[in-house]
Order: sequence, then structure tokens, then C-alpha cells
Amino acid sequence: MKAVLETKGVNKYFREPVKFHVLKDISISLAPNEFVSIMGKSGCGKSTLLYILSTMDTDYEGELWIDGENMKKKTRTELANIRNEKIGFVFQFHYLLPEFSVLKNVMLPALKLGKEGANEIKRNAMEKLDLLGIKDQAHKKASKISGGQKQRVSIARALINHPKIIMGDEPTGNLDSKNSENVFNILRKLSDELGLSLLVVTHDMDFAQKTDRIIEMGDGFILED
Amino acid sequence: MPSFQLILDITKTHLLAKKKQTIVAALGVTFGIGMYIIMMSFMTGLNTLLDGLILNRTPHIQIFNKIEPSEVQPIDQVYSSANYIRSIKPQNKLDRIHDALPLLTQLKNSEKVEGATPQATARVFYLAGTNKLNGVLNGVEVEEESRLFNLNDYIVEGDVNSIQRNKYNIILGAGVARKLSLKLGDKIQVMSTSGTTFGLTISALFQSGLAEVDDTQSYINLSMAQQILGAGTNYITRIHVKLKDIEQAVPLSQTIETVYDVEALDIKTANAQFETGSDIRNLISYAVSITLLIVAGFGIYNILNMFIYEKMNDIAILKATGFTGNDVMLIFISQALLIGVIGGILGLGLGYGVSLLIDGAPFETEALPTIKTYPINYNLQYYFTGIIFALVSTFLAGFLPARKAQKMDPVEIIRGQ
Repeated sequence: MKAVLETKGVNKYFREPVKFHVLKDISISLAPNEFVSIMGKSGCGKSTLLYILSTMDTDYEGELWIDGENMKKKTRTELANIRNEKIGFVFQFHYLLPEFSVLKNVMLPALKLGKEGANEIKRNAMEKLDLLGIKDQAHKKASKISGGQKQRVSIARALINHPKIIMGDEPTGNLDSKNSENVFNILRKLSDELGLSLLVVTHDMDFAQKTDRIIEMGDGFILED
Repeated sequence: MPSFQLILDITKTHLLAKKKQTIVAALGVTFGIGMYIIMMSFMTGLNTLLDGLILNRTPHIQIFNKIEPSEVQPIDQVYSSANYIRSIKPQNKLDRIHDALPLLTQLKNSEKVEGATPQATARVFYLAGTNKLNGVLNGVEVEEESRLFNLNDYIVEGDVNSIQRNKYNIILGAGVARKLSLKLGDKIQVMSTSGTTFGLTISALFQSGLAEVDDTQSYINLSMAQQILGAGTNYITRIHVKLKDIEQAVPLSQTIETVYDVEALDIKTANAQFETGSDIRNLISYAVSITLLIVAGFGIYNILNMFIYEKMNDIAILKATGFTGNDVMLIFISQALLIGVIGGILGLGLGYGVSLLIDGAPFETEALPTIKTYPINYNLQYYFTGIIFALVSTFLAGFLPARKAQKMDPVEIIRGQ
């Protein structure tokens, strides 16, 4: 089966304060419906890799293919549209818009996509929130809910546009084991039931063990795939 | 491209969520624009008042008879080298302007001229009891004099048109009245240089603010002045001309001098020091207005910049979830502009309100008896400049950081946190 996401020889440098080679010849691929975790010590470049894979960082060398398209040739606006439509991103710190309601946070990417009417988007968003068990929080302000809830809202937001890939940067990073378990189960379920590809950066060995494949990184190299 | 509605929705949520900040930012605009309007209205109001002190009462061109020696002595025309006559004095000429009435008619018919008034000036003594006081009577056509040179503005008591209704009425200088302890309705005797006395009734008092004028001059009916002088209706000693465009004063006065045998004094020559003062005052108001705008502009820029930099995190999230750089830019520009519009409109209100207050504040001046409150110039131009400046500065304050955010990869913001 064709990979939904593939990199060919990606290299990345930090220029400030001194030139530093962060990612060295990274070539990985992600098959549809696959749940992959990336592991590695702090500073090995896994978050950096994830930002490149999610098209949020365009300053790299090499090729990135998402859903059969080469990202290197896209403009920023095109990349934004691809993020909007094909990628759902779950940040390490939940990164919701604090002034908006939980529901609105989930709805915004879909409103931006503009493929459905506002009412339908609202119904969809409620569905996703229900799926993640936080339907009752929908009308609270995003700044007023707990960390675990924020994490789940952020997953709901990642799901809203039916993306091909969901990427997570330590999605369970600062959750207790119960919430962590919860989030994993949700992600697992999404992969199995909705056929999504998942790519998750994590420190959590237990979490990683339960995924389909572990990519291990160290010092900017892929150590084990 | 999302509908503009979505962007407005995000804008609204942002602005309403941080009400205090929004209000502070809008008030920054309000005060900047308000102050600009107040200062400009007040300063130009005062300037106009000061200019008016001179311009309103001074004719643009004064025409009178010249008394000066002939440039070419008759004998020189015959024997240019045989002129040994010493101590030549100017020929004695009458005060009156030769052919004044045709000149007056021609001036009045000229397109450049707003109006022209004849005057007959008589030197007299004011007699009241045993007191004798030197004085000058100006015989005028009072209606034209009021229309063109705002004589009515200097009337402190009585009615300016009274000398029109009855030619035995006189508008006495306030200084003369004080010196002779006369009041409205009293009789006053004036004695002409030929020794004839006339009894006049004081029907109004005027005060120009210039002591030398108020202590000597009075206004009477033109025909009465001619009667006191013992002259006919064509006896006119001065013609005061008001032009439509004051800039024409110099060339026109030169034309009049070449065509007629008279002296024509233009306002620029007559009031050279006033020109300088007026120019300097204008320069000061321009300097102040530019300073005010710059200070207000930087204030607005700073406040809004802070407002937007605080939202950098939101920018990263919006971009990460698929909003394009343009969307983000539009969101922040519309926020900035909304603050600019609201703050600007409030600023117009503030400017107008405080102007009204100043306009109502009492201001008594000797020089302008009819002015009771501070002058305000309600020129719409300042309101336009104000609101446009508010919009431009808020736009820039929103645009510059927003454009920076537009070009950034979201990860640059996330890493920078």
C-alpha cells in the first residue's frame, strides 16, 4: 500500500546560536492505518522531526511527501490548507485558544475548511467531543477546563476535518497514568475504527509498546525502525 | 478562503475576551485623536481671533491723497541744468481725494473687490463742559463699514446703525467718553477747525482695544462729517477697500496708484509686523499639530503592538490548524482597525465635546468687546485628519506585526515560547 507520509533524506540545521545538525538523513514512511510512535531521549530531534512532518517547519533539506504530494514545492498558503484538511495535530501542551469555548475550538478548523455549514460542523464537533467523553464541557471556555480535558479537546479538534494523519507531540506527556491510558485508548480506537494513520512522539515506553511500530531516534539519526 | 464572517467572529471573540485591554487600546486612540482636535481647534481659533483683530478691521487697501514733493520739478522739464531753487516744499493739497466718486464707483464694480467705503475725516475738538479734547471724526457709511470692516464688533453700548437713522448721532470712542465722563444718550459738542460747533447725541460707544484710537476717534454719518467740514457730498478723504482675495492687495494698490493720482496703501505694507507674527503663529500651530500626531501615532502603535504580540500564541495555533498567513493577518488587521474606528469615533466625540466646553468658557478682552468666550475653530478638516490618522496608525500597528506573523512558520512561534 502506498505510504500516506514519507520522507527522503531529510536534513535539518539549527543556525542559532551555532550551526547544529539536528536531523541527519531521516527517511521514514507511514502506511495508511498505521499507529507509529517515535521514541528517543530529549534533544534527539524527534519534536523537530514532527514539526517538519506536520509542515509547520519549512526550513529543511530533503523531501517530504504527504498523500502522494511533494511538500517542498508548496507555498505557505497551500501548506496551511494541507494542514487544515489532511493533518490533525495534538500538541505537547494542549494549545487551545483560551478565549474561545471548547466547542468553538473544535469547530474552527472546519469553519476554516468551509466544506460544511455551521450547523453541521457544530453537530460534528459535538459528536467528536462525545467520542472523547467531554461533551458536557462543550460550552465552557477553553481556559476553564482541566489539563486532561484540554488534551482531549485538542484531539477532538485534530479529528474534526477527517484528516489522513494525526500527529501528536507527547499527547500524554503531562497526563497522569489514568488519563494517559484514556488518551491512548482513544487514539488506538481511532486508528482501528476510522482507519487513520497516527504518528506520535512520546517518552512513555508503555505507550510506545502498545503501538504498531516504534521508530527510535538518537542524536538526529534513526536508530531503529 | 474562509468567509469573512469567520474572521470577524474570531476578531470579535478576541476583542470581547480581553475587554480591559481592548478598552485601553481604544482609549489610547481616543485621547490621541481627541487631543489633536482640541488643540488644533483651540489654537487655530485663537490664531483666527488674533488675525481677525487686525485683518477684520484693517482695509486691504487704503486710498488717500498723497502729500509729497513732485518727483519732477516743472523747471527741470525746461532747463534741467538751470535749477538753483532751494528748499522746495510740497505743494499744498487738499485732504480730499480728487475725483473720489468715480474712483469709488469703479472700485465697487471691480470683480476683485468685495466692497469699498468712502470716509470723510474731520479733525475736531470734543467739548463737554469746560473740557476740550482733541479728536478725529470719521464720517462713514455705517452699513458698509459694518459689513466690510466689522465696525459693529467693537460697539460696547448702543446700536451701530443709529448714526444712519439720525445724522446728529455719534458713535463715541470709549476712551473719549471716559475722559469726558459721558454716557449713552448724553449730548456732546464738537468744534470743527473752522470754529463752528455742532451738537451731537451719543448713540453708541465703541472700543477697539487700541487706546490711541479709543481716546480720540469717533464715527458719525458721512454727510454729517461733510457738513462739519463745510464741504459737498464729493468731499471724501479716504477710501477703504476690502478685496475678495487679500493676496491681490499689493498688485491692485499698485494699479490704483498708477491710474489715479492717489496714494494706495496695501495691508501688507501697512502691517508688515503683523504678517511676521501671523506667519510665526501658523508655523507654531503646524509644529504642534505634527508633534501631536506623531506622539499620538506612537502611542497607538505601541498599545496595539503589545495587544497583538500577546496573541502570538493564538497565531501559532491558528496557523497550525490550517489558517493561512493571510487569514491571520486579516484577523489582526481587522482587530486593529476596529479599535481604530471605535477609538477614533470616540476621539471625535471627545474633541468636539471639549471644544464645546472651551467655547463656553468665559474670555473677556478689551480688544474685542463682543467676544465673551474662548474662540474655537470648528473646522471639519481637523476631524477628518483625526479619524484618518487614527485609521492609518491603527492599520499600521496591526499590519506590521501581523505581516511578520504571516510570514513565520508556526513552529517558530511555538519554539520561541
